[in-house]
Amino acid sequence: MKWFVGHLGQVGDLLVTHALLAVIPLIIGVVLAIPLGWLAHRFRWLRTPLVVSTGLLYTIPSLALFILMPLVLGTGILDPLNVVIALTVYTVALLVRTVADGLASVPDEVIQAATAMGVGGVRRFFTVDLPLAVPVIAAGLRVAAVSNVSIVSVAALLGIAQLGSLFTDGFARNFLDPIVVGIVACMLLALVLDLVILVGSRLLTPWTRSGAAA
Amino acid sequence: MSFVWEWLTNPAYWQGSDGIWVRLAEHLGYAAITLVVAAAIGIPLGLWIGHTGRGRLAVVNLANGVRSVPTLGLLFVAVLVLGPLLAGDIAFLVPAIFVLVVLAVPPILAGAYAGIESVDPSARDAARGMGMSSWQVLWRVEVPCALPLIFSGLRSSTLQVIATATLTASISLGGLGRFLIDGQAYRDYGQMAGGAVLVAALAMAVDLVFAVVQRIAVSPGLVPVRTSRRSARTRLVPNPA
Repeated sequence: MKWFVGHLGQVGDLLVTHALLAVIPLIIGVVLAIPLGWLAHRFRWLRTPLVVSTGLLYTIPSLALFILMPLVLGTGILDPLNVVIALTVYTVALLVRTVADGLASVPDEVIQAATAMGVGGVRRFFTVDLPLAVPVIAAGLRVAAVSNVSIVSVAALLGIAQLGSLFTDGFARNFLDPIVVGIVACMLLALVLDLVILVGSRLLTPWTRSGAAA
Repeated sequence: MSFVWEWLTNPAYWQGSDGIWVRLAEHLGYAAITLVVAAAIGIPLGLWIGHTGRGRLAVVNLANGVRSVPTLGLLFVAVLVLGPLLAGDIAFLVPAIFVLVVLAVPPILAGAYAGIESVDPSARDAARGMGMSSWQVLWRVEVPCALPLIFSGLRSSTLQVIATATLTASISLGGLGRFLIDGQAYRDYGQMAGGAVLVAALAMAVDLVFAVVQRIAVSPGLVPVRTSRRSARTRLVPNPA
């Protein structure tokens, strides 16, 4: 506790970096996964290749993926961009399937009703299909957010500064306090992101709380 | 790219007590010990929870809670706390296996529990109606029907363990992670990236083996069920580490 009070500023800085490294890939990941998930849903023959190929990327352990990124991107090994892109890969891998499942969960009657009312094509996708798929997509996003926060800390082994640096520093000095502070900060960050997505999903889908407001 | 290829194809790096073959054996050894222990804990407990319906909420919360714990921090805490209590080589090995088991149990537990939970209630009722005892219902109906999800639990757990076993090199254990950590220390990117390729290949190979075993072990009568909405709802999400 004493250590924490003396290093508030440092922990704060690391927390901000950590949050950015975890959240930026989430946002890019969602933006990329929606069209890919739509393709997997719309063209059934694309589903298997898309799900299998993204699933394979998902199996690559994070430390290995961070190290392999410079080969693909031409970045330096210490570049935080490696972490951002690697986590974007994981997020997309997880969400493509979730988006496809979410779009498949939209009831046929609703789609028929929308079509009968003259809502079709792109407009129907953004005003009917996608909003109705939000609960399923949000559930996948929560998993991605929580695991991203944990994975970012692994990058400390490569010397990329974020909350994980507290683990490597503490371990090198045989000193528990920074490690415990880092773990608690990581878990709190994961909890906050989880809640933000949960609340955001509720706000976007007011009809799921039918009866409460009426 | 070429220096990675050079490192991987140089026979000198494959032989000897710190060669690739030995590191691979260590890596698989850590994973095997972990999975045996984790399955011995997770499967019976998951079957019991699924069969009796007790403690469901605890399973969900446990799985989500463990997901949010940063693996690397947990590993270091375990070594600093448990290490001094142990002597010799096991001072690092025991804490590492302990952490790996902690990470491996929740997916296995959740898989076993969700598998039993997803069994069609009418199949269960039919088995009871045929006069099966509770024990027979579990082993002859629920477990065979739950196999797909039990396997997905084991599969995601195994991937998690293979990935996390890479990190144990940072607490001076062996395994393929050694090349990643040592390559970093010697500023030898060829070794680092070569090791990373091996780790990725190992994870993919293990996942493939699981996919094949799953296909063989699961009753053919269950396969079409996996594409239905029911299984989409109970599908387990694995976790990269």
